[in-house]
Amino acid sequence: MKAMGAIIVRDLRLGLRQGGDLLTLVLFFVIVGVLMPFAVGPDRPLLAQLAPAVIWVAALLAQLLFNERLFRGDFDDGSLAVFRHATIPLEMVVAAKLVAHWLLTGLPLIAAMPILALMLGLDGQGFWLAVCSLALGTPALAAFGAIGAAVTVGLKRGGLVAPVLVLPLSLPVLIFGAGAFDLARLGGSSQALLLLGALSLLSVTLAPFAAALALRISGE
Amino acid sequence: MVQTQPKPAEPGWFTRIAHPGMFMGWSRHLVLPLSVVTALAFAVGLYFTFFASPADYQMGDTVRMMYVHVPSAWLSQFCYAVMFCSAIGTLVWRHPMADVSQKAAVPLGAAFTALALFTGSMWGRPTWGTFWEWDGRMTSTLVLLFIYLGLIALWRAFDDQLKAARIVAVLTLVGAINIPIIKFSVDWWQTLHQPASVFRTDGPTVDGSILVPLLVMTLAFSLLFLTLHLVRMRTEITKRRIRSLELAQARAGEGA
Repeated sequence: MKAMGAIIVRDLRLGLRQGGDLLTLVLFFVIVGVLMPFAVGPDRPLLAQLAPAVIWVAALLAQLLFNERLFRGDFDDGSLAVFRHATIPLEMVVAAKLVAHWLLTGLPLIAAMPILALMLGLDGQGFWLAVCSLALGTPALAAFGAIGAAVTVGLKRGGLVAPVLVLPLSLPVLIFGAGAFDLARLGGSSQALLLLGALSLLSVTLAPFAAALALRISGE
Repeated sequence: MVQTQPKPAEPGWFTRIAHPGMFMGWSRHLVLPLSVVTALAFAVGLYFTFFASPADYQMGDTVRMMYVHVPSAWLSQFCYAVMFCSAIGTLVWRHPMADVSQKAAVPLGAAFTALALFTGSMWGRPTWGTFWEWDGRMTSTLVLLFIYLGLIALWRAFDDQLKAARIVAVLTLVGAINIPIIKFSVDWWQTLHQPASVFRTDGPTVDGSILVPLLVMTLAFSLLFLTLHLVRMRTEITKRRIRSLELAQARAGEGA
């Protein structure tokens, strides 16, 4: 646990020192979200209706952009080779990196939600639903992203392949994430939120194994 | 005193399959017979499809679309199952033939999935009134097509084919989550596509006059898959041999 904590702290420190990254992520998220009003016109009711889809697509794209750097730096400078010989298994290292990655790419999106909610005309309930669904769904996005990043880490031109691999896998997250709004609006159960949480739990549990396997193969 | 010399063991059936050289040996004799049987099955199946089966009382002649649609949809999933088993073979035993089998199956799976989607939309237009609907099974089959295409992209991105095989195998196992989703999508989300009607515990709900041609066509398509898979595996092995020969030649040329 201590080693995992050390890796989390290390990754957070590395991520935060390059302060520009965090700002870029949030900026990208907000700008993609704001593109929509420009595209469909300033029609408030329509925008509020589209808001769940816009928020989720923006979150998906924003995380997609930053997935590659999850293992890239460590692979290039050899840290990953060192991690393979650490006292804790590589799976735990990947899990720790995943936690740090979510803190750096998932949490800022949730923090930026008030801006987007205001611009897309979400009401109070919609805002809280957006926060809840993002909080429950972004771990799954990060987990699938970790698999994509691990699989393409050995490729010099892997930049485009990873999104193509990750997007089909992330579709369920998108469906349930955007679906969480509708069900609750209709006064139905928050089934979608529960499924979203289940998806996150499952993928966060299993992704480190797949990603670590891929990293081992890439490192050979 | 006579020492009994242990005889070199006859290669077992597993070695026969596993060894690329032996595989090339026995599969050579299989390609032609398989092709002939496939052609025969298609001849019978197509005869049934066009002449010896009745038109549906509601859908009319468009029901004949089913004899292409259902087998290709079935194969789109069967092919993934083949890849899944090959991926396990690659990761667990590092089996060279598993690599080859997996690589040979991916484009076939993509083709059958595309065919299933295409015939499905052609059939959907006259019967459902729409080419495409965001229905559970169609959406999940589309995702399957994307996964196939992604795997092809990943294969092509690697230079080192041995490493590529194992990396792709990891992703194949991850992508397999989609298969049960496709299978049960018609039960979970009852939107447009009809539920399973052939493989049911209470027997098929399709009439015999339609079921027989369907099964014959399914057999024909499966044989087609088998033949193409075998030929593609043979091509892949030959390609690798040529590549290694070229490399050896280049190396020799450098040395001289």
